[in-house]
Amino acid sequence: MKSDKYYFGKKVAVNVIVYAFLIAVALTCIFPLLWMFSSSLKTQETIFRDMSLIPREFHFENYVLAWKQGGFGRNFFNSIVYTSVVVLGIVIVSSLAAYAFSRFTFPGRNLIFYIFMAAMMIPIPGSFVPLYVLLNKLHLRNTAIGYILCMINVGLSTSIFLLKTFFDKMPKELEDAARIDGCSKLGIWRHVALPLAKPVLAVVVVLNALNVWNEYVLALIIFDSKPLMPLQVALMTFQGEFITRYPLLMAGLTITALPIILVYILMQKYIVKGVTQGALVG
Amino acid sequence: MRIKSTLENYLFVLPAVVIFLIFYLIPFIWVFQLGMYEWDGILPTKTFVGLSNFKEVLTQDNIWWLSMWNAGYITLIALIFQNAMAFMLAMACDREIKMKNFFRLVFFLPPVLSEVVVGLVWQWILDGNYGLLNAWLLKMGLPHLVKNWLSDPQTALTTVAVVHCWKGFGWGFLIFLAGLQTIPRELYEAARVDGANAWASFKNITLPLMIPVAILVAILTVLGTMQAFVLIIAMTGGGPAYHTQVPVLRILASMRGSSRFGYACAQGIVFGVVLIIISFVQYRFSKRSRQY
Repeated sequence: MKSDKYYFGKKVAVNVIVYAFLIAVALTCIFPLLWMFSSSLKTQETIFRDMSLIPREFHFENYVLAWKQGGFGRNFFNSIVYTSVVVLGIVIVSSLAAYAFSRFTFPGRNLIFYIFMAAMMIPIPGSFVPLYVLLNKLHLRNTAIGYILCMINVGLSTSIFLLKTFFDKMPKELEDAARIDGCSKLGIWRHVALPLAKPVLAVVVVLNALNVWNEYVLALIIFDSKPLMPLQVALMTFQGEFITRYPLLMAGLTITALPIILVYILMQKYIVKGVTQGALVG
Repeated sequence: MRIKSTLENYLFVLPAVVIFLIFYLIPFIWVFQLGMYEWDGILPTKTFVGLSNFKEVLTQDNIWWLSMWNAGYITLIALIFQNAMAFMLAMACDREIKMKNFFRLVFFLPPVLSEVVVGLVWQWILDGNYGLLNAWLLKMGLPHLVKNWLSDPQTALTTVAVVHCWKGFGWGFLIFLAGLQTIPRELYEAARVDGANAWASFKNITLPLMIPVAILVAILTVLGTMQAFVLIIAMTGGGPAYHTQVPVLRILASMRGSSRFGYACAQGIVFGVVLIIISFVQYRFSKRSRQY
């Protein structure tokens, strides 16, 4: 018989190892971000020599320089506009479609739905090539509207899937009552179905907002002029220009990452839900 | 009345269908069409070349196959290292531990950041001359380990793969954790009553029940990693020489660098077919393992 002491000791040892492992990984996750922030407060001279996490002097003016001289202010504004317009577009277009797929019957309903689902699963690497040609033909390349429409399309399939799954499980009684009261189909969608779908709409909004904010390659091929670019492309352009001004680049990276980190911390619940649900599709 | 109602129903799906037709289906068809032309993307005239683009991709383009090999290498590292890490962290977080929510929050932080941000921050940390990693190695008295991590052909690809794992393990972690939480606790209690130790209940309960989840994570890892490229643009741009080139970077280079739109489409189709074959094989494999 082994003593209680033995088991207690073993349990403590296991716990120490588990915590050490978790904390070590957590540190590697956070540290690069702290280093990015720390570097953004140094100067072009000290950044190459000062290897301390807490800089000797805090040059917050780097943020003003990055915002104005680096042009990130403009790009930040662009990213905000693209993200909000695309997300709004996806919410309206995909919830209309998902509602119809879930509630109405019409010829070809299942076929259309399956085509959307197939699009989600078939990878077409390099689809940006014909997209570039198409936008050129439509004279939508290097325009905000071209980028917005492309990005709405990117988020469509997954959002329709998430919303339809939710509508399928949602009880119909309230909608029936509204219909008897003489509400139109569009009215029921707007005033009954959408308010009830708030939990899943939050998932759709957060997932798509992250996706649009972080998108790079379509923005790269669509925009030529810097004043139209979102942050991600502007950062890469800035990094490629002559001698990289690292403190300003790091300030730009912090400006780009911060909104995402805030949204993530506030909306963690919905992101986790979206990821685990989205994974079940595959 | 009936017809009017049906038309009304179509109106609900119309916006989605129109956007999908223009921005997904037309480009999808054009990939196959353009793949058979030699075209610089600007001139109004295209030259029909039949299947010669495909022949070139398959038989003459050494850099293409090198890039495929590189992507395979990164994927292999991600499959083993990233997923083992994700699984161990999920196991650790499935226990009764303090700060569980904090760890869960932190581990999914890298995946929500953009590849551009992650790539540029790590490029700065790994910089050969001024990077933090080398500075630390010097301070710890390990000067022989100091390397130009991203510009040395010996280390570049592995370094990129490790950063990719850093960015990606949070996905697997969340899915594994969700999977572990579906295992009924009673199973473990019953096993303990029967005298099973921790290892035995892990081997006989946790592992078999997690196999479908592991296969799902593996499929997502392979499809995601094979197509990853933005992180690599941000870290190395595909260099030094061609040591960190991956297929999607080659497609981008064919289009933007050498202005060969048709060839870029042919590369895209070849790569798409490879991906479909891989996921089909994995799917068959997962179906077979589920029978046991």
